[in-house]
Amino acid sequence: MSLSSPPAPSISPVARSGGIELAGLTKSFASPQGVVRAVRGIDVSIASGETVALLGPNGAGKSTTIDMLLGLLDPDAGTVSVFGRPPTHAVAEGAVGGMLQTGQLIRDLSVRELVTMMASLYPAPLDVEETLELAGVSEIAAQRTNKLSGGQTQRVRLAVALVSDAELLVLDEPTVALDVEGRQAFWGTMRAFAARGKTVLFATHYLEEADAYADRAVLMAHGRIVADGPTNEIKAMVGTRTIRATLPDVQSDALAALPGVSGAERRGELATLSCTDSDAAIRALLSEYPDARDIEITAAGLEEAFLELTADGAEEHAPAGLPPGSPPDAETGRNEQATEARR
Amino acid sequence: MNSLVYTRYELLRTLRNRRFFLLSLGFPLILFFAIAGPNRNVHNFDKSGISSPLYYMVGMAAFGTMSAMFSCGGRIAAERAVGWNRQLRITPLSPRSYFRVKVITGYMMAIISLLALYLAGTSLGVRLGASEWLEMTGLILVGLIPFAALGILIGHMLTPDSTGPAMGGGISLLALLGGVYFPLGHHGFLPELAQYIPSYWLVQASHVAIGGHAWPAKGWIVMFAWTVVLSVLAGRAYRSDTGRV
Repeated sequence: MSLSSPPAPSISPVARSGGIELAGLTKSFASPQGVVRAVRGIDVSIASGETVALLGPNGAGKSTTIDMLLGLLDPDAGTVSVFGRPPTHAVAEGAVGGMLQTGQLIRDLSVRELVTMMASLYPAPLDVEETLELAGVSEIAAQRTNKLSGGQTQRVRLAVALVSDAELLVLDEPTVALDVEGRQAFWGTMRAFAARGKTVLFATHYLEEADAYADRAVLMAHGRIVADGPTNEIKAMVGTRTIRATLPDVQSDALAALPGVSGAERRGELATLSCTDSDAAIRALLSEYPDARDIEITAAGLEEAFLELTADGAEEHAPAGLPPGSPPDAETGRNEQATEARR
Repeated sequence: MNSLVYTRYELLRTLRNRRFFLLSLGFPLILFFAIAGPNRNVHNFDKSGISSPLYYMVGMAAFGTMSAMFSCGGRIAAERAVGWNRQLRITPLSPRSYFRVKVITGYMMAIISLLALYLAGTSLGVRLGASEWLEMTGLILVGLIPFAALGILIGHMLTPDSTGPAMGGGISLLALLGGVYFPLGHHGFLPELAQYIPSYWLVQASHVAIGGHAWPAKGWIVMFAWTVVLSVLAGRAYRSDTGRV
């Protein structure tokens, strides 16, 4: 797999020895409500130099997956390989830099001191001043870490991850505490880092972030991978809108055949159309069925789109679910099934 | 990788935390002056032939150094609570280096506490020969090893809000059983039990300077056994503690 990765001169010998391989990863936790199957058999392979978004709603299993990738958590089953070796070895060699989902900074050091301290742990760190510049924290370099705002803290945490100059950078929902401007600056930094030939994996529940900053998105929901592909394909898959209209006497088959419509269902007089192109769909709908009324167009949120992709409702009846690594089947009749089950 | 840089900042960080510093240093000093101050002219404390300031200086030296090692656990718990320990685990910092730096930090605090008490003692008229100062200091430093392991163990087992009571209670009990506050005597259950408790030997170490005996074989064995047991437990606690707190 690593052989197919583009031979960029900036990719180090470490990274050349293979990308990231997650195979059959499974992890469950005991909780008061019973066993939570956080990750249910996932396979992901990431080539060196790729920027991949791990996309999914809260509770999808993203953080658990990342913890296993970083060697913080042992999988119940399956294997993790980071550049051809176990994650703990890759971490010990300094090949991994990371920014975990939760976390603050330790106190009583200045920003510059903290970054210097962390740099000293890596075999070939970035220059500290360069890192501070890159992460946009040069102005606050002399401030104590316990006197920073939430956004500043987040940027310093990024600096701590970047200073490793590691081949693999893992970021777990890095922009959660940031405002819109902060987000843009953050991703600007990330792009600059990725451009050095680094492998970047970040978890997010913002589709836009995945779309704008990753080459590829891996969609997770309920501990499984439901889609894996170029971000524009993923976006088309989950960026659906729904048209609802009161429309008597039309078969759902006829509605489903309208341009831009991927699925349709009826409930009494109410018709619900899932659309890939809601603009085309609404034009066609009104020209063919001018008596349609009470029309409502809603953007399916990511959350909703995930539910459809994973046929959440159906799963309740078939807890065994999909076999590990089964292909995503978003555009099938399962959409309707899921919509039905949500009611 | 340069562990000197890492160690330096860890020490700097500890010294800069004024609240922590004053509390862990101030408490044994306050106790010392509160107890020994009014009795500074008692030259034959409890018919032992030594002065009250001397007795309490060495008692508080054991107490203060023990607290310094425990407080290392409190700092670990606080770091875990903000997720810093997980951050460290995804760096090349080895568990061995991690422990080493924590132990060095604990020792630094202990030595500062020790020096402060020596100064305080001297200010109340304590005078010892050079060899007595040295022997006492040396044995105390060795006697702190099991407490270093204990500090790391609690740091990885408890949450910051429970380390307070655990440490306060633990230190008081260990100090009491070790004979920090008053001599335990020589007969009955308590002195018998005390010989199996590390703080007893720590206090004995400090008592070298006041005519106590250096550790017999039993003392070394007890201390060694505690060191092994606590280190194994601390290592286990560290390894199983990778989750989000």
